[in-house]
Amino acid sequence: MSAEKLQAELLAKFPFLAPRAGSKDHAAVNVPAENLVAFAKTLRDELSFHMLTDMTALDAGENESPRFTGIYHFFRFASNEYLRVACAAGNDAKPEIPSLVPVFPSANWFEREAYDMFGIKFTGHPDLRRIMMWDDYPYHPLRKEFQLAGKEAPLPGVDVFEGARTKIQPAEMAGGPFVSSPGCEPGAKDESWSDKKIKPRE
Amino acid sequence: MSSSTAEIGYNSKVEGEVIVTKADAVINWIRSHSVWPMPMGLACCAIELMGSGGSRFDISRFGMEVMRFSPRQSDCMIVAGTVTYKMAEVIRRIYDQMAEPKWVVAMGACASSGGMFRSYATMQGVDRILPVDVYISGCPPKPEALLDGMMLLQEKIRREPALKTLFKPRVVETKVVN
Repeated sequence: MSAEKLQAELLAKFPFLAPRAGSKDHAAVNVPAENLVAFAKTLRDELSFHMLTDMTALDAGENESPRFTGIYHFFRFASNEYLRVACAAGNDAKPEIPSLVPVFPSANWFEREAYDMFGIKFTGHPDLRRIMMWDDYPYHPLRKEFQLAGKEAPLPGVDVFEGARTKIQPAEMAGGPFVSSPGCEPGAKDESWSDKKIKPRE
Repeated sequence: MSSSTAEIGYNSKVEGEVIVTKADAVINWIRSHSVWPMPMGLACCAIELMGSGGSRFDISRFGMEVMRFSPRQSDCMIVAGTVTYKMAEVIRRIYDQMAEPKWVVAMGACASSGGMFRSYATMQGVDRILPVDVYISGCPPKPEALLDGMMLLQEKIRREPALKTLFKPRVVETKVVN
């Protein structure tokens, strides 16, 4: 079954779905947050998408609405194809998406990661803690307004460091082998290895 | 077979089973040849650290092959790998648990300066939380580089005023609350 066919089939079957533009590989649909859990259950039980292979999130930027989107990839072994489902979080300031853990247990750590990196609250998640950064970390690092170098924050386990008087400071981007101009990600000075450059032919 | 009667080195008949030297020299000689490293393996540098323990490079030639995974039994922390802020607490705790005298080797670019990880999650050099004695460059350093750095540490230990600090109470750098 081709991606277009699967997408058309789903759109015809579920009236709440909307096509998601820009997908060049797999069938992709937008689903409203209130239908997400029921839709995932239907995908699992009736359409044999037995596996949630990946779940990630997207920050469209501070001035966009909806700002945060959860993106799920379901896999169907029978036909060897993926389905991408995007679910926009309603509230831009305090984003919330219903948790898929009751339907797909594999969503547990994915959602914890999305919570850690983007600050999206997954309602109904059994154990919504940070998974990468430590519990007291005050920021969500993959949000658009968060710079790569980091922000000033206390170190975890501050009792160990008392007296050392050290804390997290933004990493230095200038100097060394990597350079960056303000607002840009750092890149190497020597990019002669770059993929974009045409390789010499023998 | 040599029939020479020339005496080379220590002669117990002449010197009467007594060696005259300085206490500093003896203590430092002992310390520098019995470095027990604490392998703080955090990333790929740890693989090179393991390589240096193998027969090809054989770190035991220098008397420091006794890798101890308990901080109570080791006196040289080899920080081999990327130090994240989350791990920094653990590293500092383990360092605090090591008995004096103790030394720290920052192995590789990450432990020395954060390396290529200029990011919110990576500590920009373990010297922000530990007093580093030797920095080893490389990403990762070859076992030869590690051995070179460890020999440098031995040089450093040999120059220390061991006797002066032997009975000195330990300087408590950190204060643990509750």
